[in-house]
This record gives sequence, structure tokens and C-alpha cells, in this order.
Amino acid sequence: MTVDLCGVELRGPVLNGSGTFDAIAARRTFGDALLEPDRFPFDAFVSKTITLEPRQGNPPPRLWESPAGLINSIGLPNKGLEGFLREDLPQLAELPVPLVVSVMGFSRDELALLVEAVGERDEVAMIELNVSCPNVETGLVMGADPAETAAAVERVRPLSAKPLIVKLTPTASDPPAVARAAERAGADALSLINTLRGMALDPRTRRPWLGGGTGGLSGPAVRPIALEQVAAVSERVRVPVIGMGGIASGRDARDFFDAGAKCVAVGTESFRDPAAGRRIAHELGVISGDERGFSLAELG
Amino acid sequence: MTERRTLAPLGRRTVPVVGNEALGGYRLISVDDRDGPHPRPGQFYMLSTDRLWGADGERPYLPRAFSHARAREDGRLDFLLEAVGPGTARLAGVAPGEGLGLVGPLGLGFAPAAGRRPVAVGGGIGAAPILCLSDELGAQATVLLGFRSERFAEAARLFRAAPEVATDDGSVGRHGLVTELLREALDREPDAAVFACGPPPMLEAVRALCAERDVPAQLALESGMACGYGACFGCVVPTRGGYVRLCVDGPVLDAAELESALVPGAGH
Repeated sequence: MTVDLCGVELRGPVLNGSGTFDAIAARRTFGDALLEPDRFPFDAFVSKTITLEPRQGNPPPRLWESPAGLINSIGLPNKGLEGFLREDLPQLAELPVPLVVSVMGFSRDELALLVEAVGERDEVAMIELNVSCPNVETGLVMGADPAETAAAVERVRPLSAKPLIVKLTPTASDPPAVARAAERAGADALSLINTLRGMALDPRTRRPWLGGGTGGLSGPAVRPIALEQVAAVSERVRVPVIGMGGIASGRDARDFFDAGAKCVAVGTESFRDPAAGRRIAHELGVISGDERGFSLAELG
Repeated sequence: MTERRTLAPLGRRTVPVVGNEALGGYRLISVDDRDGPHPRPGQFYMLSTDRLWGADGERPYLPRAFSHARAREDGRLDFLLEAVGPGTARLAGVAPGEGLGLVGPLGLGFAPAAGRRPVAVGGGIGAAPILCLSDELGAQATVLLGFRSERFAEAARLFRAAPEVATDDGSVGRHGLVTELLREALDREPDAAVFACGPPPMLEAVRALCAERDVPAQLALESGMACGYGACFGCVVPTRGGYVRLCVDGPVLDAAELESALVPGAGH
């Protein structure tokens, strides 16, 4: 049984959160076992966010373990559009599942260039607009406001026939309003939540530990917040919702489905177990029935 | 040149703890990884415990990175650790029979090349990957170890050939830094190749000394990691070519790639 996500057929409902799994680096570590369909952890693969120009990312340290969570200040390191298309896309095209490319622009013009260039590639099944990364100032601005979000989606909507997923920020004052605005502007699906802004102090210097000053909090610590936002957004929109935020087990994933999500994404849990996506799909098969038009029991 | 990377099985596996003994100020934890591949010296594993790790308590939540100290032919892996925080304290308390979560082997290990005389330098807990490297290199290698005190220098007992030891307090071996032993070793043997693991200030001293003498050096660095396999982009260190992820492009780096081994956030 499969899942239809915006017309793209997926073998199941478990994706990865953008920026939480580098399939190219994972293949260097785990070898071609990663490409075996029954071993690859996810049912669709979401790329790390790409920007128009290459980025080095934020200065280290970039990580801080917090109670049941992780604060990261990565800062979107990537090869830029050209480097991605030339070096990464051919490798990602070898994965046994559909490819979603995540893009972020520092202006609507940049976003338009990215959507146009990525959208014309056959290897790409869907495009995710990252308007919610809390590490870059404009990301927060774009995704925090319904009108800003609508303007961005309206601008890029005519540029590609590929399904557009808009990834929402949990730090917006009214996430369902942003979700509605994105839907009206032509978004085909919504994904949420991105990380929540957080901070940690260096225990010795009493200054911010992270090189970027602040970072994004993820992991089980954010799960109740994510669940509430997924429920609130799902109630207000018709387009499918991809729910994520601290999902670490099939039981957690089941909560997100019951809150209205059509698909779920695994993020920080993959850091603890590279095969977490597959494990969660297996666990869903154990604890869920056939209630949503697809049989979770057959995911194994 | 030796292959630097053994591929890891995809996913976290649970292996039984078969030993946990005190070794001075350290613990030596052994697990039975008989179905796992044989790792290269300098590679590492992400470790967690089956119970009381991220499920019930607040911390530890993420697995912790450790280079193996020894990998035996029967699949037994030995890890040297010191309880310094919630993760290492939990690992230090494992009981035989308990399950340990393992991802690995990960990263790029040491790559000894023929032609130069190997000098292996370990500082503190950094003695771990130097142990399996010295096993592999055998009698041709000079092994130099530095510890805080006699209590921690007990780790030197794990080495087959008697290493030269320095301690900060002079309670055993040379009173001083292991880099002083290295300086003398390089005086005796200028045609050396250096392999080192230890705290950032030690690695930086090794790097500077080797750069000054034009001696090639491979340094096993440390950085806070969340995943260990390139997913999180969190463990980057600055090199002459920009940031590299220590987990997939290291942890062993060619010293010539580094402006400094004092990487931000390391040794924390």
C-alpha cells in the first residue's frame, strides 16, 4: 500500500526532516547497503536546504545537548545551487525513493531562481520552501508572517509544476494563519515544525556556547509543541500536512497522524540511530490499524 | 597506503557488555561485537546504553563518540572512558550483560605509510586509539604517553611494549608534558611520522612541533557530535580548506590541513 502525497506516490508515510540526514555522507559510512530499497530509512528523501550561493555555515561549536533535545546552530552550509545540481543531485537521484529538494532564498527573487532551476530537473519529485530556518534572519521574517509567506509562495508558484511544500516555523505568532496564507497562495502541502529558537551558555565562560549565538531546539523536548501545531494547522487547511518534531517511535508518529498529519518526518532521532526511519515505520505497522486509506501494517 | 575506513552496518545495533573494569582513573568497557566489522585504528563508534538513555531521563540523550582502544579478532571491542558528564557517567556504570547501543565503525582512521619511523603519541583518554595503532605497528613504533598522574597512567599497562610516559605531577615517568618526550624522539629520529590523539592543547603542540621539523603528522581530533555519520553537520572543524565534518572527513586529519588543532568547542 502506498501514500499519495500531492500526486507523488510514496511507499509509506515516513520522510526525513530537511537537514537531518545526508544521504551522500551516509553512503560513504554505510556503503551501498543504504541504496537497498528495504534498507533505506525513509519513504521519500528531503535534501538539506540549498541556497543560491555556497555557504560555509556558522562557526563551531554548533551543537549543545539539552534535556531530551539538541540545540543546533548549523547555518545552512551547502554547495549552492550550481554545486548542488552538478555534484549532489546525480547522487541523490540514485536513492530508491522520490526526492524532495529543500530551497531557501534570501529574497523572493532568489527563491524564484532556485525553484525554477530545481523544478525543471526530472530527478526532483517535489520542492520544499524553507521559510522557517531560525538561524538566518530573513528565514524567520518570511515564515513568521502570513502576508510575507503568501507573497513568497505566489511568486514561485507559477515557476514549476512540481508540488510545493511550505515548511512552517513554530515561532510564528499564529502558525495556522501562516498555513492558511500559504495554502491560498498555492502551496500543495505544509510541513511543520521547524526547530524552536534556543540558547545555551558555556558553563565556564558564561557566554553563549554556540558559535552562532543562538540555535534551533529539536528532539523529544519539542514534541508536545509540534503535536499541538500540527493539530491546529491540520484543522485549518485542506492540503496534506507533514508532521514532525521529536518523533522517536511509532507511537509518537501515530500521535501525529491522529492529530491530522498525512505523513511524518523523523529528524533528530536519526542522529541516535541512522535506521530510525525504518524502525519507526516498522513500529507503526505494529501499533496502527488501517484507518487512513493506507495500511500502516503493511509498511514493514 | 592502508584503507582508512571500514564501512559500518546501517543502523544502531545492540551488543552485550562483557566487561567493565577500573583502570586507575578510567574505566575499560568491553562489548561483544562479533557480528560487526573489524575497525581501523582511529575510527570511532557512537555509544549509548539500551536503558536509561534518552528514553526515561533528560540526559544523556545523544550517543557519545569513542574511538575503540582495542578490537580483537573475536569481535570484542574495548573502550577507555572517564566519567566526566551524564553520558560518560552512564557508560561508566554499565554492568556485564547489559546492552550497549553501537553505531560504527565511523570516520577515517590512521593511515601509516611505509618509509618513515612511526611515533605514536597519546594524551590522557587519547591513549585509546594509540593503543590499537601501536598493536598494529608493533615493535617499529615509538609510543609516548602523557597523563595527569600515576592514577591515570595505569592505562599505559594496556600497551604491549613499554611506552615512555610523562605525567603532569611527576608521580610516574617524566615530570612534564608528553610533547617534551616527542621533541626528544624527533631529535633522535628526524625521519619520523607522527600519529597523535589527546586534548586540544597537546595536539596543537604536536602540530606546531611537527610543522617546525617538517615531520608529517596525523592527528585524531575531538569535537562534539550528534550523529557520527555526517547527518547533522555539527562537528565541523576549521581547516585550511574550510570547515570539514570531523565524523566523515576525520576524526584523523593530516596536521598540514590545520592552522591550529585548538578547535572551538573541543575538549569540553
